[in-house]
Amino acid sequence: MADFVMPTLGADMTEGTLVQWKKREGDRVTKGEGIAEVDTEKAVIEVESHTTGVIERLLTKPGDKVPIGTVMAVIREEGRPTTSPAPAQEVARPAAAPHLAHRTDTVVPSPSQTGRLRISPAARKLAAERGIDPAHMQGTGPDGAITLEDIERAAAVAPGVTKPAIVADRQARMRQTIAAAMARSKREIPHYYLSTTIDMGRTVTWLKQENETRPMTERLLYGVLLIKAVAIALRRVPELNALWKEGAAVRSEGIHIGTAISLRQGGLVAPALHDADRLSLSDLMTNFQDLVKRARAGSLRSSEMSDPTITVTSLGEQGVETVFGVIYPPQVALVGFGKLVERPWVMNGQVVARPVIMASLSADHRVSDGHRGGIFLAEIDRLLQEPHTL
Amino acid sequence: MSQPMDGNEMRSLTLRLLGEIAPEADLTSLQPDVSFRDQLDLDSMDFLNFVVALHKEFQIDIPEADYPKYMTLNGCLAQLSAARS
Repeated sequence: MADFVMPTLGADMTEGTLVQWKKREGDRVTKGEGIAEVDTEKAVIEVESHTTGVIERLLTKPGDKVPIGTVMAVIREEGRPTTSPAPAQEVARPAAAPHLAHRTDTVVPSPSQTGRLRISPAARKLAAERGIDPAHMQGTGPDGAITLEDIERAAAVAPGVTKPAIVADRQARMRQTIAAAMARSKREIPHYYLSTTIDMGRTVTWLKQENETRPMTERLLYGVLLIKAVAIALRRVPELNALWKEGAAVRSEGIHIGTAISLRQGGLVAPALHDADRLSLSDLMTNFQDLVKRARAGSLRSSEMSDPTITVTSLGEQGVETVFGVIYPPQVALVGFGKLVERPWVMNGQVVARPVIMASLSADHRVSDGHRGGIFLAEIDRLLQEPHTL
Repeated sequence: MSQPMDGNEMRSLTLRLLGEIAPEADLTSLQPDVSFRDQLDLDSMDFLNFVVALHKEFQIDIPEADYPKYMTLNGCLAQLSAARS
C-alpha cells in the first residue's frame, strides 16, 4: 500500500483544498498520471501519482481543506495483494488520518466516517464506476445496507463529479501566500546581488534569421534563449542549481527552471520547465507556451510546482531595465532579466547602438559567493554571444 | 483566400481572438490606436499567440518583421484588409 498525501506545491503552501478526484476507487493509476486537482490558493494544480497501482480508497472529499502531508488516498501498488483477502460483505471504513484532526476549516465529520459501512461488493463496484461515494449514503437494504438500486439512484441525481465553488477572494489569498514565502526568504536567506549588461546583438540577429526560416507557429521568443543559456550555464556553476534542505544545500541533478509567469488577474506562479538544459529550443518554446497557457488557465501539474531548482524572472515586458528578485525557498538562486533595449555600446573602439539586456543574480550566501556568481553571469553572457550553440 | 469578409466581421473576429488572449479585458472600451500591450497588459507570449491566432483564423502568413503593425486594433484591421483584398 502506498499513501497519496497532500503534497507541498511550493514554499508558500501549508494546506490545500481538494477540488476533485480525477480517479475513482478501483481505478488503475500509473506513476506520473494526474490523480487529483488541488487548489493551493495560488492555482489549481493537477497532482500526479508517485506510484503505479490501483486506487484502494479515497479518504478526502472534494471541498475538504487539509494540511500538507495528510493522507488523501491509499493506492495498492502493482503486484501487491489487496489488504482484504476475500470480498467482505462489510467493508471496514478507513480510520481517519491523524492529520485530519488539524483541519483548519470547519467541516463537520460525517457520522458514516466512523463505524462500518454495509454495502454489497457489486454495489461498491458500481459506486466506484459511477464516482459515487457510498460513505455518505443511506442504504435501503437490510440493516440499512446500500444496494445496487441505491447507487443507481444516487448516480442519476449526481451525474458527474462536480467542482465545489472556489471562494472568490483568491487574489487576496494569493497575495498572502506570496507574502509569507517572500518574508521567509528575506528572513532566512542572506541574499547577495550581482548584475551585468549583456550585448544581445548576436542573439537578436540570429533569432531574426532563424525565425524567418520557421513557419509562424514555430517561431521562437528570445526569452527561450535566455532560459536555455541560464540552464546550460548552471552546468558550470552547479552549486546554484540546488535546494536548501535541513541546513545544507543539496545539488539537483536535473536542471528545472522555475519560470515566473504573471497571472492576468494578479499574482504570479513560477512552475518548472523540466530539463531545460537538454531540450532543443523548439521543444523548450513549445513547453514554455504550454506552461504559460496552463498557468493562466489554472491547470498546472504538481511536479511543475515542486520541482524548480532555480527561478528565472523576466520583468522586461513593461519597461524595467533591471530586476533583483527575491529567492524562492528552498531554492538558492534567482536570475532576473530586464528589458531588451538599444543602448550605446563600445565595440572595437567605436560607439555603436546595440540591443542589450541587464542580467542579475540573487543568490544565497550560505551556498555560494560573489566570485562563483560572477562566473555564472559571465557564462550566460558567453553563451548568448554564440546563440547557434544553444 | 476564403470567402469575402466585411470590415465589421473582421473587427468582431479580431476582438474575439483578443478576448481569448485577455479574457478579463473590457474590449468595448478598447482604443483602436493605442497598442494592445499598453491597454491589455499583453506580454510577448500573449502577442505571439495573438498573431498566430490571426494567422490561423484569417489564413494569412505574417512575417515577423511585420508583427509591430499588428500592435493596435486599427493596425490589425488595415493589415488584414490589405492581405485579403
